This record gives sequence, structure tokens and C-alpha cells, in this order.
Amino acid sequence: MKLISAIIKPFKLDDVREALSEIGVQGITVTEVKGFGRQKGHTELYRGAEYVVDFLPKVKVEAAVSADLVDQVIEAISRAANTGKIGDGKIFVFDLEQAVRIRTGETGAEAL
Amino acid sequence: MEQVTQLSYALDTFYFLISGALVMWMAAGFAMLEAGLVRAKNTAEILTKNVALYAIACIMYMLVGYNIMYGEAISAYIPGISFLLGADHTVEAVLAGGEEAPYYSNMSDFFFQVVFVATAMSIVSGAVAERMKLWAFLTFAVVMTGFIYPVQGYWKWGGGFLDESGFLDFAGSGVVHMAGAAAALAGVLLLGARKGKYGANGSVNAIPGANMPLATLGTFILWMGWFGFNGGSELKVSDVGEANAVAMVFVNTNMAAAGGVVAALLTSRVLFGKADLTMALNGALAGLVAITAEPLTPTALEATLIGGVGGVLVVFAIITLDKLKIDDPVGAISVHGVVGIWGLLAVTLTNGDATLSAQLLGIATIFGWVFVSSLIVWSLVKLIIGLRVSEEDEYNGVDLAECGLEAYPEFTNSGK
Repeated sequence: MKLISAIIKPFKLDDVREALSEIGVQGITVTEVKGFGRQKGHTELYRGAEYVVDFLPKVKVEAAVSADLVDQVIEAISRAANTGKIGDGKIFVFDLEQAVRIRTGETGAEAL
Repeated sequence: MEQVTQLSYALDTFYFLISGALVMWMAAGFAMLEAGLVRAKNTAEILTKNVALYAIACIMYMLVGYNIMYGEAISAYIPGISFLLGADHTVEAVLAGGEEAPYYSNMSDFFFQVVFVATAMSIVSGAVAERMKLWAFLTFAVVMTGFIYPVQGYWKWGGGFLDESGFLDFAGSGVVHMAGAAAALAGVLLLGARKGKYGANGSVNAIPGANMPLATLGTFILWMGWFGFNGGSELKVSDVGEANAVAMVFVNTNMAAAGGVVAALLTSRVLFGKADLTMALNGALAGLVAITAEPLTPTALEATLIGGVGGVLVVFAIITLDKLKIDDPVGAISVHGVVGIWGLLAVTLTNGDATLSAQLLGIATIFGWVFVSSLIVWSLVKLIIGLRVSEEDEYNGVDLAECGLEAYPEFTNSGK
């Protein structure tokens, strides 16, 4: 099992959600986050003077999936969240030790 | 005939009072504009300053200011001094006819004049916002509204030497707006910039205002109040000629503001690449200040252009003052001072009675008097109680430091 955590542009969330549904991902968790990468925030202008917005709003999408689905998930997110411009985000993949469905007590891949 | 005279007296008095009420509402406009352009942590304090300065202006002008401005004078240079308000006109005096007969109530005159003093003082509060001690500001307000403003007001509208010299200032581009800006400039120079406004390497940092809807509402309120400010300054409405004049003043006041908005918006688009709303708002006010010295003689198109020049000027003035390290959070010195001077000079473009020399004399006199006397008073206040809150109080916000409360208790402490 793997946990996939993707940081994406907020306006791409719907596209990513649809792309993941299409390949059979059963559930995702979404968090509004702020951060910076190589884009390093951006500058805005107020009354002629520049100021830097250090942390940009992003969305973090997390999905726990069986190992055989990982490549498809990465491909789906990459495609759906891509604008070709700086700031599109990143995808991280973690090993997932255990998963439990609270209602039934199922564990492992059964619980995903 | 007697009844017609009484009726026109009533009408002109009524017009004066309603105009005064419109100008009073400009206090709300300034309060909202300033509340919108400061940070959230300084909102309650700037509102306190606005409501308190209005009240102080009313009391000081009633006690002594009105009499300095319009009472028995010692000479064309030295106004007299007396206290409280006199009686109103009798029916006999009104019906006596002739040039000398009063055509509106004495009390309506006081009411109309007192709201102008408050306007001048409101200009100061925005420029010194976010760092000046509340009580230092209010102490200055006492002297400004009771003495500094009325003395130069006497020189022009009270019939003093500026009036005799042919200096023209219809509704107060100089007497009200530039005067307020001069007092503000003196205060800002002694006060210094807000912490964080300038970087160690000399960079100019933006400190964005907290609430653009409030700033926009404030500008619209000021725009509306200005119809009373300029329209009422015609002083009479009760015959065809005067009614037409008042209508012309309304139209020109409106057109100048419109010209100011468009010009400032285009200027900011060209300079910054973006349409800066706060500049458009300052542009509206710049247009209004520009036309205030002479809203009657221009055509509607000329008024639009005079306002438009004001709108361009104000953007460049704001950038320039920023670079000179004169930190004015709301742009008051640019709007009321720089554009006030433009308005006074623009009188010569459309009014054949105006002379450049008299306008320059008026500008130099009013600016010089208000700036120097304000500098002295601010210095005394600085010496006795200090002008500026502590660095820590400034960081935490003057709402907590000066008022002990927050404007938006759930949202403040945003850090910056």
C-alpha cells in the first residue's frame, strides 16, 4: 500500500478529483495549505510599491491506494494538475504500513 | 412682497442647513476611507480619532473659532477674538431690504462653517494614522480647529487681506483642503514613517489597507457630501440665477470627480501595469479637491479636465512622497495638498477675475501659516506627551494600545 500526497494548484482540484475517480481511486482527503517551492511566492503591487506574498495557497490531495495503482495515480494527477506553468506542485509517495476501516474493522488492502 | 422675502430667507436657510448636513456626512466618508486603508489592528483607533475630532472641532469652533473667523477684526491681518455664538436675525432686519439685509439664518451660517473645520481636521487623521498617540492627535485638534484654521479662514472668507488681494477660493481648495494637508505634513515630518514602511536598504514597502469595500464606500460618501461642500458654498439658491449657479456647481463637482477617477485609473495602469483601486479612489477625491476652488465658471468639460489633471497629479504625488520617506497611509497630503494647490492655480484658467499673483499669495500664505504654526504645536505636543506610540504598541496595533479593544476581535493579531 502507498500513500500518495500531491500539492496542486487549488483551481485544479476538480480536475484531479475526476481523474482519480476515473481510474478507480475510492477516496481522497483534501487540505488547504500554504507554501512555496521554486516559485518562491510572488510580488504584488499596492499604491506603486511592491510587496512579497511568501506563501501561496495550494491544495494537498492525499490518497491511499494499493501498490499496483501507484503509477496510474501519479500519471492521472500529473496530467490533471498540469498547466505547464511554474507552481503546478509536486507529488510525494510514501509506504503505507497499515490501513483500518473503522466501521468494520477490515485491515490492509481490504480497507482501502 | 414681504412674504416672498420671508420665503426666500427660509429657502436659503433651509438650503444652507441641508448642505451643512451633507458636509457633516463627509466625516463618515473620511472615517470609512481611513478605516479601509489602515491595517485591521488600527481600525478602532482611527475611528475613535475621526469621531472625536469631529466633536472637538464642533466645540472649539463654537467656543472661539467661528468668532475669530467671522467676528470683529483688529486689522486685515489680525482677527479679533470673542466667544460663543450671537443672536439670530430679526424679522425686521430681514425685511429691511437692500444689500445689507441678511438673507439666511446666522445659526445656519455657523452650522455650515463648523462642518468645514471638521473636514480640514479629518484630513490630518489619515496622514498620521497607525502610529500617532490618540491624545497627542486630539490635543492638536483643539488648537487646529479653535485657532490655526480660523485665522487663515479669516484672511480669506472672513474678509481679511487675502480676500482684499483678490485671492479666489470658492469652497476651500486652500482654506480647507491645503490647510488640512499642511497641518498633516508638519505632523508626519515630526512623527516619522510607520515601522516597516521603509527597508534598511531604502526600499519602499507596501502596507496594504485592510478593507477595500470600506475605502470605496468612504469615497462615495465623500463624493456625495461634496455636493453640499461646493453646492452650499454658492450661499444662495432662491432666484433663477442662483439656482442655475448651484446646478452648475453640482454638475462640475460631479464631473471633476469622474475625470479624476478615470485619469488616476489610467495613470496607475500605465505606471504599474495594474488598475490600483486605491489610486482610483484617491483620483475621485483629487478631482473633487481640484474643482473646489472654482466649481462655477468652468464648463462641464473643463471641470472634467481640471479633475482629470488632479487625478494624474495625485498618483505621481503619492509615489514621490513615498520616495521622500513622507509616509502618508491614505494619501491625504497628495490629495488635499498637492491637488489643492493645483485647484487654486486652475481658477485662473476659467475665472477672468483671478490673477496668478493673488492665487500664489494665497497658496504661500495659507500653507506657510498652517505649516509653521502646526509645526510649533506638534513640537510642543511631542515635548510634553510625545507623538508616537512605542514600537511594541505599534506592532500589536494601536487599537489595543490606545483603545483597549479591537475592531474585529476574531480576526486581528495577523502579525504584520
